[in-house]
Amino acid sequence: MRRRPQLALLCLLAAGLPGCGGEGDAVVLDFWAMGREGEVVSELVPAFEREHPGITVRVQQIPWSAAHEKLLTAHVGRATPDLAQLGNTWIAEFHALDALAPVPEDSAAFSPGAHFPGIWSTNVIAGRAFGVPWYVDTRLLFYRRDLLARAGYAEMPGDWRGWREALAAITASGGARHAILLPLNEWVVPVVLGLQAGSPLLGERGTRGAFADAPFRRGFDFYLELFRDGLAPLAGSQEIANIYQEFARGTFAMIVTGPWNLGEFRRRLPAELQDAWATAPLPGPSGPASGMSLAGGSSLAVFRDSPRQAEAWRFAAYLLRPDVQRRFYELTGDLPARREAWAVPALAADSLLQPFRIQLERVVATPKIPEWEQIAARVQHRTEAAVRGAMTADAALAALDADVDRILEKRRWLLARGLVPEGEGVSP
Amino acid sequence: MTRTLRARQERAAWVFLGPALGLIAVFFLLPILAGLLLSLTDFDIYAISDPQSARFVGLRNYQQLLGGSEFWQALRNTLYFVGVGGPLTVAVSLGAALLLSAPRLRLRSLFRTIYFAPVVTTLVAVAIVWRYLYHPHYGLLNYWLGAIGLGPIDWLGDPRWAMPGIILLAVWKGFGYNMLIFVAGLQSIPEERYEAAAVDGASAWQRFRAVTLPGLGPVFLFIAVTTMIGYFQLFAEPYVMTQGGPLGATRSLVLFMYEEGFRWWRLGTAAAIAVLLLLITLVATLIQLRLQAGRR
Repeated sequence: MRRRPQLALLCLLAAGLPGCGGEGDAVVLDFWAMGREGEVVSELVPAFEREHPGITVRVQQIPWSAAHEKLLTAHVGRATPDLAQLGNTWIAEFHALDALAPVPEDSAAFSPGAHFPGIWSTNVIAGRAFGVPWYVDTRLLFYRRDLLARAGYAEMPGDWRGWREALAAITASGGARHAILLPLNEWVVPVVLGLQAGSPLLGERGTRGAFADAPFRRGFDFYLELFRDGLAPLAGSQEIANIYQEFARGTFAMIVTGPWNLGEFRRRLPAELQDAWATAPLPGPSGPASGMSLAGGSSLAVFRDSPRQAEAWRFAAYLLRPDVQRRFYELTGDLPARREAWAVPALAADSLLQPFRIQLERVVATPKIPEWEQIAARVQHRTEAAVRGAMTADAALAALDADVDRILEKRRWLLARGLVPEGEGVSP
Repeated sequence: MTRTLRARQERAAWVFLGPALGLIAVFFLLPILAGLLLSLTDFDIYAISDPQSARFVGLRNYQQLLGGSEFWQALRNTLYFVGVGGPLTVAVSLGAALLLSAPRLRLRSLFRTIYFAPVVTTLVAVAIVWRYLYHPHYGLLNYWLGAIGLGPIDWLGDPRWAMPGIILLAVWKGFGYNMLIFVAGLQSIPEERYEAAAVDGASAWQRFRAVTLPGLGPVFLFIAVTTMIGYFQLFAEPYVMTQGGPLGATRSLVLFMYEEGFRWWRLGTAAAIAVLLLLITLVATLIQLRLQAGRR
């Protein structure tokens, strides 16, 4: 496989000339990957190219902040890559743009059973999958075990009532200024609590808000009480300049966050605190089984415009092979999407990862419609108004439903004319 | 004879003006017209994939904007920023220019460079430093306030204080530019007038009122109009410092437009906001020009 560098350079300069496109008539796949994944995925490429001599993979790394816009403009300009990493909440939007090719149903790597059900379902629209999970993430509790123990708890309670009592005990014992940090500029926790209480978030086939209904209201009230009782500070994440420092100082004892912070906590917390923190699945209103969280992570998607879809899926299947998934975990710390890959000791024996394993069996997808991010931003806005006392809970949720109905007006119009496939609310 | 000469001159004028007018038409008038048309449609993410699904909705975008609370909040925020931040910037830059023009000042160019430095510093880098200055617990600003016995202020987290926080940053970042123009304006006031006023026994304040301010007239007008138009475009400061929060207290019209257009891809609504912003800026500029003309 070694080529002389001069020759490669010459070919690079003459890339436009025929006969200089690499190995004769090899297929060149363009793969766009974001952030850290984009940096390390090229290390996995050579082994794939050795196994498939006819295929060369060109990885292009894109910063997360520009990824969404770049993919969108690429689609409009008919310049999409063959395959790309897509945040799994983007699938619905790119599907609405008719940009994605459906997943072939004949490969073991792409069988739903190989994946966590909630994560897999984020890729499924109207019964067909348009992406395959590459790595997964979800939110759960990171907490200070020492402060919880000081408050009289040996382990994290599994239901809402126990959770709130534990939070109150932490503040009462004086171990932390605030029991939990729930940044007011994020929508995740209010949405998760609503889901746990059984809210579908959207009603009437995903065309109307269902936020003022009883289930969402129950989660919403629980959330508001955490602030009213002084268990969570009135703060956005910009105001907590450094969450690691504040966590170490005991400004708060718990935070709801994702796997990317496992490495950060290990790296940034002082050595004497390394044994004092742990992770736990989210508590639920009626015990652990109802403690759902969000299905996050990234999928691999092949674009409809690509003339090399078969080769692109072969590369996706390679990235999902358990041994490659494990290697990818070692390189990035991203949690593997294939359940088989979790059997390796490095993952199975890690006490910080096990709660993730449990939580991943209890994840649900947010509504799969292109407007979801916009709706989520309204949830954040109205929730903040209610927490800060600018609106009552009733008024905030009624206003939220009105916002959502307005956002979804176009969707109702399109649905009535059969111009878009029916969206789904939250899949149970 | 004169007639043909005039016709030829006219033709020549058109030939010379042609390229400039053509460029203005293509890069200025056409986009404005396109934006105006866009604002009458509901062009959105669905329309990107299938232009057929864009509807002509008449004035509905405007109706929804003017009937909802978000636009008015963004407008209030923007007017707050323009109304408080604008005069403050002008006052601070005039003050700095007067200090720099003081005859006995040493190290003049050093101070000029220091005051001008924030103008050419990247806002994103500045924002990181200012976020620390504004930190409710360890921020330098609250430390100073504490030293004179004032309670800590949650600068960027409290809806009442976030906009003053943004204004403070914007004034610090921008006053150096106006200051340079004021310095140039001050230099153009003949020294004899000051001497004459001093001989007549005018105090420093009287000299400022009677000589400096009238002498700066046109400069003042220029700075007031450009500062106001620039401040109506408030975007980068809240975008990097607060993302429009808390509770939308720092969401300016342009930030609102950006979010509608490039975050949610509701290009019709975004275009309607752009048209409204254009009208507002136009009206405000006309009022200002009228006021300044009336004063003279």
